[in-house]
Amino acid sequence: MLEYAKSNRREVIAAAVLIVLLATYLGTHPRGASTYVMTIWANQCLILGLAACAQFFAVVVRGIDLSVGAVMALTNTIASYLLDGSAGGIALGMIAVVGAGALCGLLNGAIIVFGRIQPIVVTLATASIFVGLALLLRPTPGGAVNYDLADAMTLDVLGIPTALIITAVVVFAFWLPFRRTGLGLGLYALGSSEQAAFQSGIDTRLVRLAAFTLAGIFAGLAGLFYSFVTTTGDAGIGPGFTLNSIAAVVLGGVLLRGGVGSLVGALAGAFILKTIASLMFFSGIPSLAQPLFEGLILAGAIAIGGADVLRARNKLEVFK
Amino acid sequence: MIRTVSRAVTLDSLMPYLGAVALIIAGSFFFPQVLSVDYLTQQLQIAAFLGLLATGATIVILLGHIDLSVPWVLTGAAILSTAMVGTGNPVLSVLAVPAALAFGALIGLINGMGVAILRIPSMVWTLAVNSMLLGLAVLNTGGFNPRGESSPLMVAMASGDVLGLPLSFLIWIAVCVGLTWVLVRTPFGRYLRSIGFNEKATFLSGVSTPSVVFAAFAIAGMCSALGGVMLAGYANQAYQSMGDPFLLPTIAAVVIGGTSILGGRGGLFGTIGGALFITLLTSILSVMQIGDAWRNIIFGAIILAMLLFQTLRKGAAQ
Repeated sequence: MLEYAKSNRREVIAAAVLIVLLATYLGTHPRGASTYVMTIWANQCLILGLAACAQFFAVVVRGIDLSVGAVMALTNTIASYLLDGSAGGIALGMIAVVGAGALCGLLNGAIIVFGRIQPIVVTLATASIFVGLALLLRPTPGGAVNYDLADAMTLDVLGIPTALIITAVVVFAFWLPFRRTGLGLGLYALGSSEQAAFQSGIDTRLVRLAAFTLAGIFAGLAGLFYSFVTTTGDAGIGPGFTLNSIAAVVLGGVLLRGGVGSLVGALAGAFILKTIASLMFFSGIPSLAQPLFEGLILAGAIAIGGADVLRARNKLEVFK
Repeated sequence: MIRTVSRAVTLDSLMPYLGAVALIIAGSFFFPQVLSVDYLTQQLQIAAFLGLLATGATIVILLGHIDLSVPWVLTGAAILSTAMVGTGNPVLSVLAVPAALAFGALIGLINGMGVAILRIPSMVWTLAVNSMLLGLAVLNTGGFNPRGESSPLMVAMASGDVLGLPLSFLIWIAVCVGLTWVLVRTPFGRYLRSIGFNEKATFLSGVSTPSVVFAAFAIAGMCSALGGVMLAGYANQAYQSMGDPFLLPTIAAVVIGGTSILGGRGGLFGTIGGALFITLLTSILSVMQIGDAWRNIIFGAIILAMLLFQTLRKGAAQ
């Protein structure tokens, strides 16, 4: 157990911070730790959490995905057309929504791999295209999502918020097994050293393509879950999520230079970010001062993350 | 002089100029007035706002970093300067522009501190600084549009003209010429690029790399602030989120201009072309009354096409 905590120091710290924050939040909330409070909190956290997962897959291979928010907007508008009607149609619609996200990610990956352009620039340009497509679908917010389905996904099962169950599924049923697969290891290899990965026989192009496709899938899932929470389609949701997803992965201990961090950390970072925002709401700080405090806390948290510099024994160690 | 010019002008940096000419020619088929002097000088005037932001961004990107605090440095400078003029105090009115520039430099130093001393990735640290500035602005203005007005000097900087050329364009070009000289002829310029290539090696050759980072971010902050002051002069007011639509076009302008996002390679000559190209593209798309959706799609596709063309050309040359 101690060994595990040591080798996953970053995730453990993020999780501890999250628990403290959550306890404070539930303590200060006028309605206390009720299922209702937990459900709303978990829903907000999971939207950003899935976006952070998307960002994680791009960042872990030493890339970045500035189109996360745009893919969310696009899949959200698609969902607002497809997620109403017969049960079979809705099921196909959900697959189509996530599939659209995967296609967006695949497009990003293909341009990055075969066009040999930096991910930050590629996703900047494709984000504009994806937002344009979303605007074509929904020039103004509208559409509907089946209420029964939305309720099932955003309320609770036996008192446990569904969003937390989904989080657990993502971690235990997807991430933990996935990390041990060849592709899972390949992501870290590619992020740590592309040359070494290539020389050990990893098909770096395929791995990078897969990483960005996974990013697209998770952005699609985030858009899908966002649709369940809001039950409408809106093409304008993107910008905030892109930047917040980057902040979330960094808070969760994922290094932007690639190869370090985990999906659990990314999720924890997103939950921390959203919990801080919710805490602000009930903290008694004047509402006009809240954005400033949010910014200060974000900067403070990131600066503490940067305190590793102080432990460097040799000045050269900081130039990594 | 010739050496300075030949080093600043590369084939990559000529691309956006060719693109801009192609845009004007293509646009003139649909709308002949695109070729009129009025239209083109107006484009030069508007391009200066994006251009100044992109000038600062180029300096930071050459260093191998990125500055995401542009939107709220711009907005903050605009709010600060219009509020100072709005007090009606003549001394404060005169000091409005210098104060805004000082504000930009100060934020630049804060950016530089996080990046150079705390070694936080610039992409996250400048993002955090951006959200703190947003918070300050909201606290300061109560979330409403700030009151205040532009001084005659700010209006002249944005809308005045000299010998038929917009003053804003001339200011932009003057800043670019000055900074190009700094980049090509001074040690600072060489250190900047060499940090972009390899920070460790630069540090080992005895360069005080943190001070270069500080200076670069301060220059970028001042460029953003100048852009903000001039935009406030153009609109005769400051308003919340006035900088947000500029962030991504700024980066796009730098990259289209042939500056490598990884740092080290590129220059301001290309950025001028990039800013002109993007301003023209936006303007012609809106002249053609294309809807918001298609404008976004075409905008993204054209930027991608230009980037692909650049790398393909390099691939063929190797």
